[in-house]
Amino acid sequence: MKQFLDQVLESAERQSTRLMQILRAVQDEYHYIPEQAIDYLAEQLNIARTQIISVAEFYSFFHLQPQGHYEILISDSITDLMLGKANIMAYLSKALRVEVGAVREDGIVSLNNTSCTGMCDQGPAGLVNGYAITKLDRPKIDRMAELIDNQVPLADWPAEFFQVDDNIRKPGLLLQQEIDQGAGLRQAFARGLQETLAEIDKSGLRGRGGAGFNTAMKWRFCAEEQSDRHYVVCNADEGEPGTFKDRVLLNSYADQVFEGMTLCAAIIGAEQGYLYLRGEYRHLEQQLRDLLQQRREAGLLGDNILGQGLNFDIEICMGAGAYICGEESALIESLEGKRGIPRNRPPYPVSHGYLNKPTVVNNVETFMAAAAISANGGDWFKGAGTEKSAGSKILSISGDCALPGIYEYPFGTTIAQILHDCGAVDVLGVQIGGPSGTFISKHELERKLAFEDLATGGSFIILNNSRNLFAMVKNFTHFFAHESCGFCTPCRVGTSLLKNQLDKVLDGHGSAGDVVALEELCQLVKNYSHCGLGQTAANPILTTLQRYPDLYQNQLKEISYEPGFDLDAALETARRMAHRDDAAAHLTQVED
Amino acid sequence: MSKTITIDGKKIPFSEGQTIMEAATEAGVYIPHLCHNPDYEPHGSCKLCTVSVNGRNCTACTFPAMDGQEVISESRELEHDRQRITQMLFVEGNHFCPGCEKTGNCQLQAVAYHLNMLDNHFPHFFADREVDASHPDILIDHNRCIFCTLCVRASREKDGKNVFAISGRGINKHLIVNSASGKLGDSDIDVNDCAAHICPTGAILIKRQGYRIPIGQRIYDHKEINEVALEQEREGHGG
Ligand SMILES: Cc1cc2nc3c(=O)[nH]c(=O)nc-3n(C[C@H](O)[C@H](O)[C@H](O)COP(=O)(O)O)c2cc1C
Ligand code: SF4
Ligand code: SF4
Ligand code: FES
Repeated sequence: MKQFLDQVLESAERQSTRLMQILRAVQDEYHYIPEQAIDYLAEQLNIARTQIISVAEFYSFFHLQPQGHYEILISDSITDLMLGKANIMAYLSKALRVEVGAVREDGIVSLNNTSCTGMCDQGPAGLVNGYAITKLDRPKIDRMAELIDNQVPLADWPAEFFQVDDNIRKPGLLLQQEIDQGAGLRQAFARGLQETLAEIDKSGLRGRGGAGFNTAMKWRFCAEEQSDRHYVVCNADEGEPGTFKDRVLLNSYADQVFEGMTLCAAIIGAEQGYLYLRGEYRHLEQQLRDLLQQRREAGLLGDNILGQGLNFDIEICMGAGAYICGEESALIESLEGKRGIPRNRPPYPVSHGYLNKPTVVNNVETFMAAAAISANGGDWFKGAGTEKSAGSKILSISGDCALPGIYEYPFGTTIAQILHDCGAVDVLGVQIGGPSGTFISKHELERKLAFEDLATGGSFIILNNSRNLFAMVKNFTHFFAHESCGFCTPCRVGTSLLKNQLDKVLDGHGSAGDVVALEELCQLVKNYSHCGLGQTAANPILTTLQRYPDLYQNQLKEISYEPGFDLDAALETARRMAHRDDAAAHLTQVED
Repeated sequence: MSKTITIDGKKIPFSEGQTIMEAATEAGVYIPHLCHNPDYEPHGSCKLCTVSVNGRNCTACTFPAMDGQEVISESRELEHDRQRITQMLFVEGNHFCPGCEKTGNCQLQAVAYHLNMLDNHFPHFFADREVDASHPDILIDHNRCIFCTLCVRASREKDGKNVFAISGRGINKHLIVNSASGKLGDSDIDVNDCAAHICPTGAILIKRQGYRIPIGQRIYDHKEINEVALEQEREGHGG
């Protein structure tokens, strides 16, 4: 073990900031983080063993107990459920002879659920030892069971199991005209860096990760911070269920994304950048590393880029299963080898980011757009979209439609238009922006895609009239309780209370007071949570409660209060002991 | 002294770099808090100190005071919601005040008194938590931990030892001890360490001291936590 760990430590240059990378390697090798490894790593990295344990216990893909040699996780996203995940899971469990949440006795295979894997347009999907496996069906599962029983190495499994499709259905402004490699940078140097920042400003580009902060302003703030070091971070955590456009951008347009990061580095004066890639996208890791190498060889990364004296390089850091790490300050903590706990703000990352140095964190699509703007000019971008929302938006569309996949629209497009294009009929409503976003009903389809109306990171989940709205609300509410980082009281306790209270109502044990209590709790979690996760965790309940109060009412019992236990039954033992069964020895539950 | 903020209509001076909590405490204004202690870096996790700053909710213990800020702390809504947040802490763990050695000296209990909390409101989680009595002088009853991290901070910042850490996520969050067995008895904590005495609840207790001061004669049996906190903490804030 020591020899293996030394090797891992060497490749991580013995830096505790690379703890994620180190633990991933250990998990791969032993299928858990063994006790001796913890002791040895703590000693070698000169950190407390508790830091290693707490990181291992924070991320879903690390384990302190042995998992199977084949670690199978199945996506629990609502879209996977809509595609028959429950049946698939039951079949898998039978075929592999292992319970969900358990390791088979021979230690060969383990099976469990995981939050959305970002394959919503090709589910039911899952991960085998971290590699995405799509379109699961019974024949595929039978094959898997065979391969596993014969202990065939993953590398020798049929390649089509791991095929991940782009499904680009409607390319627009950005997807249609990918820029030539280096074009954005060359233009920037020819035009001047300050002038290029002015072009980005003029383009009106706002962040594509959801919050929509002005990109040029963020870069300028960061550039103006006095410091010996600046950093550029690309947020490729993409954990919002129903969102998968960043996966497609990194599969087919990564060159332009890296170009955008390099452009940002030139403008803010950074020498180091990081691509924080969610663990679920492990299948992209090697090809991205190869691409970085290719860019180095082309003089677009490394020392003296394009002979302009710019030194900048990009490293890939893999996540390990934590939605919260998409929040920019939690992402930075994770990059530093810690648990993904959102920081207090102020200060903001632009002044105190990675290692407390000024840092720009942007979404994948934002960097991609910035590179194109540098190449094509600000007016080109500004020409599309609305007044407050310039340019286009790339959407991940899944759920009930004929053609799930990637669509790109200018801002200002109506939801009706989008639904028409993807072949959605008999629509009940659309979840826009993932669980943290808004559910709009079929009566609101004339609303527009724009920051001034429906802002979104890009997720569209379509439900048709055959769907049970509550199945979705329940799935989302459980998702948030599972993904809360636990830092602050209202979210840590509140999301779990929400989950229990919602289940009580949905299971038919609720009375009028319970919906009132549910709503009060929603407001509390929303208003007092530390970060965006807690602040939006109640949205699925709130947005549906607002639109479908009747649906909730129908779930309720008639009486005004529904006790949690049976009062009369609780007296049974006492009656037996007292040898009594007369009327006075009974209690009615609720006054009629 | 030119820069001021107002808290509930009262003008309060502050110096550059102070948080709202620091400015308030120095001016004799109590804002309920549990994870904050003036001797340590603010943490901002319990959310009890939430105030409304120019209409937005912020934690007073971490948010910087800025000239002209309008802070509301004692609105009905904030006080109600602080009570709810405290109730959340009560149902998350297992708190049986009458049977706790810390009763009357416990900040969690005292804050609950202060907020006029009369019941737990939420359904209990009945979490399965353990007692670690492995250390000869110090005891941890995890049932009562509220994750304020004061022991974590005290051990690291004051004792230079790093005995405690927080682990897990979401509702599975828990306190862990830095020793090979994970037990306090195998760690290098000493009964004289700050970390052994800082716990605001009855989670970390010193052995063989219980009931030395009888119930009824303890700190919060006679004084409200706002008085006590201001008395003790004004100095910490240099007031
Ligand atoms: C819980 C949570 C999850 C988030 N996940 C992502 C994500 O996966 N990708 C992303 O780009 N931004 C995500 N964000 C937003 C980021 O914090 C940040 O605003 C964004 O990366 C900034 O980039 P932009 O300006 O290009 O949008 C998330 C925010 C929260 C609160
Ligand atoms: S709101 Fe939730 S996710 Fe965000 S810091 Fe608080 S506990 Fe963590
Ligand atoms: S043991 Fe006490 S001091 Fe430590 S985190 Fe828990 S409540 Fe806070
Ligand atoms: S005292 Fe401010 S959040 Fe706990």
